[in-house]
Amino acid sequence: MFYREAGDFKTSYAADSQTFPIAFDRWRYYFVIAAGFGLLPFIINDYWSNAILLPFLIYAIAAIGLNILVGYCGQVSLGTGGFMAVGAYTSYKLMTAFPWLDMVSITILSGVMTAIVGVAFGLPSLRIKGFYLAVATLAAQFFLIWLFNRVPWFFNYSASGQISAPERSLFGQAVTGPAADPSAKYLFCLVFAFALAWLARNLTRGSVGRQWMAIRDMDIAAEIIGVNPLRAKLSAFAVSSFYVGIAGALFFTVYLGAAEPGTAFGIQKSFLVLFMVIIGGLGSIFGSFAGAAFMVLLPVLLTNVLTGAFGWDSALARHFEFVIVGGLIMFFLIVEPHGLARLWALAKEKLRLWPFPH
Amino acid sequence: MPDQLLFAAEVSINGLMTGVMYALVALGFVLIYKASGIFNYAQGVMALFAAMTLVGIQEGRVPFAHLINSITGAHVSTVGFEIPAILAILLTVAVMVGFAWLVQKVVFKHLVGQEPIILFMATIGLAYFLEGVSDLMWGSEIRTLDVGLPQGINDAIDQGTFNAFGYGFFIDNLDIAAAIIAAILVAVLIAFSQYTKQGRAMRAVADDHQAALSVGISLNYVWVLVWSLAGIVALVAGIMWGSKSGVQFSLSLIALKALPVLMLGGFTSIPGAIVGGLIIGVGEALFEFAVGPLIGGATENWFAYVLALAFLVFRPQGLFGERIIERV
Repeated sequence: MFYREAGDFKTSYAADSQTFPIAFDRWRYYFVIAAGFGLLPFIINDYWSNAILLPFLIYAIAAIGLNILVGYCGQVSLGTGGFMAVGAYTSYKLMTAFPWLDMVSITILSGVMTAIVGVAFGLPSLRIKGFYLAVATLAAQFFLIWLFNRVPWFFNYSASGQISAPERSLFGQAVTGPAADPSAKYLFCLVFAFALAWLARNLTRGSVGRQWMAIRDMDIAAEIIGVNPLRAKLSAFAVSSFYVGIAGALFFTVYLGAAEPGTAFGIQKSFLVLFMVIIGGLGSIFGSFAGAAFMVLLPVLLTNVLTGAFGWDSALARHFEFVIVGGLIMFFLIVEPHGLARLWALAKEKLRLWPFPH
Repeated sequence: MPDQLLFAAEVSINGLMTGVMYALVALGFVLIYKASGIFNYAQGVMALFAAMTLVGIQEGRVPFAHLINSITGAHVSTVGFEIPAILAILLTVAVMVGFAWLVQKVVFKHLVGQEPIILFMATIGLAYFLEGVSDLMWGSEIRTLDVGLPQGINDAIDQGTFNAFGYGFFIDNLDIAAAIIAAILVAVLIAFSQYTKQGRAMRAVADDHQAALSVGISLNYVWVLVWSLAGIVALVAGIMWGSKSGVQFSLSLIALKALPVLMLGGFTSIPGAIVGGLIIGVGEALFEFAVGPLIGGATENWFAYVLALAFLVFRPQGLFGERIIERV
């Protein structure tokens, strides 16, 4: 009924090429933004913030970053965990070395540092393709984690080898450290997630994004029509690592507070973010959010159902979780290999035509 | 000979032995990748699952005991008698073949023609699934696996090298057994693919799916066959690693050690997997021996990857991989 282009007249070119051409979509988007900024901070509590909203926002940023690399530029990377660790350790070093620096700059600088590291590890992508590249990025993962584990300078020579985030505030509100209010943490992450998603959307539909997609679809053909593969691939690695680095910094400073590289940024994290991208949908910003929500909510839900409702012990529930997560991933790939974003698009298509079938 | 050189020689030989183990895991990857283009991340978990099943059957455990007890309130754990190793191995092979059939029937049959990345993700899903299933079936405690392989220091080599150089090499009997078994396994696999009808069908499918279909080879059958072979290779790898360091979760991580081996040797080459395994085994052992102490140790986590990466920059298809030809 409401979901129609009909009657929604565009009078300018800008209006015609906007992200949400259908009025209902646009209003829904405004509503989600308004609720996210205006309503949730007031009703949020510790559990919701720590178990669901913070990981969702942070993983969404990481998933957008990985999606730029894998979904838009076609370069498969398994080094996400390592790059998140670069972001986390950069922010730690900056926070302890320059206590007067504000959190926004620290987080952005962490992203910049990760982008530099990402470009360095992206260089082989000019020679190596496909799965060889995917495995090559594992070199980044293992080397970086080893580096942060073994070189004491990175963890300021602390005896435990852990890093922990000191308290820093923004506009008089603590956003890191144990005393920080959940709504302040949430808003801090939300601002980053919103700004970065907006940026990603506009990057990917501009000339840079079109170059990435040309490289993804066929790099030799792209090169022949004048896309510079060096610039396209390295810029994808840089932007992707920038996002992943910011996600890593937020993950450590705001969400975890204290981290140990092996457990917080191990290979499992790389796979988790890759799952989000694939389940959400390759080459879709909305898909990154959907995938992050799915992979964050699923374990919470399963734990609650299995241990809460069935009363199983936690070890058994954890094993069952593995079976269900693995099974669901295979199920999803069989039913809809293009992810939640495609399902969403199909649903919208059906809505537009409703009540007619065609 | 100076001491340092002797130590280095001992480290290299032990590295070679570890390399054989890596090559065993890599072999399973190559088999599946060649025949179906699936990059099977679950190979390591398959080794874990096979080893767990073997121990479980040997000790006569009831599968899913914990789950059954939790749901019904019963207290079952074992069937009451132990099963001899040979029989247990045969039963495990049967389980792995059944698993191969199931995987093909339920999952990969529906994913034919999908992009490689989707297939790869499906195998990661499979790895999660299988890991959960093997924990549910047999519990997640560390188990010792003993199928009667020799263990401990090899006295003959120790004595021989002591008499020759004045320093006895420490070589584990288990490693020697592993090397011999791996050699036999590779010989059998090569003979199978060269001289049997099924082997020829397998090679035909690896060469060209459509041409193989057009001469009447059933792709489904070949894929089940290949997954079964990979399952058996996984079982052998599981037995070796399990006898060495116990059957536990970390066994599934050997898949991560096999990946640089694959890169080095090429994804499509069986000799490549062997040679790559040996190079990586020796390389990382020597590097840890020579450079490790200077930069903080535990370099074997990443050295193999960096070595393979550096190598790949000069030869993007690996040592023995098929030349990558791209056309517009």
